[in-house]
Amino acid sequence: MIAWQPTASLAQLRLRAQMLATIRQFFAARGVLEVETPLLAHTTTTEPGLTFFATEFIFSHQPESLFLQTSPEFAMKRLLAAGSGSIYQICKAFRNSESGRFHNPEFTMLEWYRIGFDLTKLIEEVCELLQLLLATTDYVKTIEMVDYVSLFQQITALDPLNFCLTEYRKYARDHDLSEAIELCEEDQLQWLDFIFSHQIQPHLGQQHICIVRDYPAIFPSLARLKPTNPLLTERFEIFIQGLELGNGFFELTDAKQQRRRFEQDLQQRQQKQLPTVKIDEYLLAALTVGLPECSGIAIGLDRLLMVLSNCSHIDEILSFPLQRA
Amino acid sequence: MATYSTNEFKAGLKIILDDAPCSIIDNEFIKPGKGQAFNRVKIRNLKTGRVIERTFKSGESVEGADVVDIEMQYLYNDGSYWHFMVPSSFEQYQVDAVILADSAKWLKEQDICILTLWNDAPLAVTPPKFVDLIITETDPGLRGDTSGGGGKPATLETGAVVRVPLFVQTGELIRVDTRTGEYISRVKE
Repeated sequence: MIAWQPTASLAQLRLRAQMLATIRQFFAARGVLEVETPLLAHTTTTEPGLTFFATEFIFSHQPESLFLQTSPEFAMKRLLAAGSGSIYQICKAFRNSESGRFHNPEFTMLEWYRIGFDLTKLIEEVCELLQLLLATTDYVKTIEMVDYVSLFQQITALDPLNFCLTEYRKYARDHDLSEAIELCEEDQLQWLDFIFSHQIQPHLGQQHICIVRDYPAIFPSLARLKPTNPLLTERFEIFIQGLELGNGFFELTDAKQQRRRFEQDLQQRQQKQLPTVKIDEYLLAALTVGLPECSGIAIGLDRLLMVLSNCSHIDEILSFPLQRA
Repeated sequence: MATYSTNEFKAGLKIILDDAPCSIIDNEFIKPGKGQAFNRVKIRNLKTGRVIERTFKSGESVEGADVVDIEMQYLYNDGSYWHFMVPSSFEQYQVDAVILADSAKWLKEQDICILTLWNDAPLAVTPPKFVDLIITETDPGLRGDTSGGGGKPATLETGAVVRVPLFVQTGELIRVDTRTGEYISRVKE
């Protein structure tokens, strides 16, 4: 008979319901407004590293291209520009070409924006929420805060800011990772991603919550540059048991810079012969009017549930992962 | 031979890597934020048996390896080669000592083994999980000892040496687990 049953246990489904309830209580108590934004829209991310799902709206003579959202970020920023105040959303996000132990192409995201919060204040709030959600685990007993550059240097003795290809190549050869030489070529970003994901990330947050902050500005993001060091950005990521759980920024509010980013992304997409998408003019118009100073973060709730219940495969916490959906 | 995308990699799939036939053990999808996705793959080289880890760009294609496992009957050893036969077709294959490696010591004529063939040439021989072999030599041991504690070495008819309980004697037929080389039980003929 066909396997129709959920891959998650009923206990696991209850755990998810409990987590959602706790999150809603947490934000209600803080006066953060819950919002909903479209999952299906006329534009989507331009990031070359993300692959989107596209479909068509059949209604008038000309079918219209529509896209499933890879993140609710753009729509939420428009709400912020419209004066919503601090907001949060629990929604599905869709990323094509992603599937594995920690990835399902459709997943649940918690994203929130805090007006007037700088990065440090947002990190504090994130930690408070994690301490509530993961209260039954030992991870919450310790929170480690490290900056990207020191961490990278400490573990690899390589400098992530002053990129020296020869040294990176030597490191790869010395650490049985010589395939990186062909894979990353001369691309600094690829090298940093490769070394970080292979050599650093697996060790982060083994028994605790690990926050890595101040990512090099070479990583494309909508984070602001650090006023004290423009080579770094006001961005952090959260890791537990080597698993990346979330990504937070002190948000970029400059419409011109944002447009440049979109254009650069689309250029790269063309070079790589990836499908392109229209620039989100709604977002740019909203940014022109003005996004209030804010910090925002997205957390993958499925992975958080994996950490909470010590699961090794995302299928264990999803009712119906893609192959059964 | 077909090619496979890294996204099709799963345990047991046979591919060619560095000109050698390999079997995939494990495949992990790694996606650093919004960067390039990788597949970190654990692979066994079927020629050397060595297990390595290798990272691929996600979506990259790799050539498949024509590797098959076929049940064959072990016929005889002519001094330099071991001869096997596919029972259904009577087709015969000969295998040298290098390929046979450790499996040689478990082979008894007529036993059914698994031959791994790469482009129709033998790559490895897997003996049956359990084999029944006669003890050709072991110390007499102590009478009345029925416990398994201690034990003593025993040489089997194929030349293999295994540890057996003290009560087991020369000339007896015993069952051995070829994966661990452990004595399992005495066998009544």
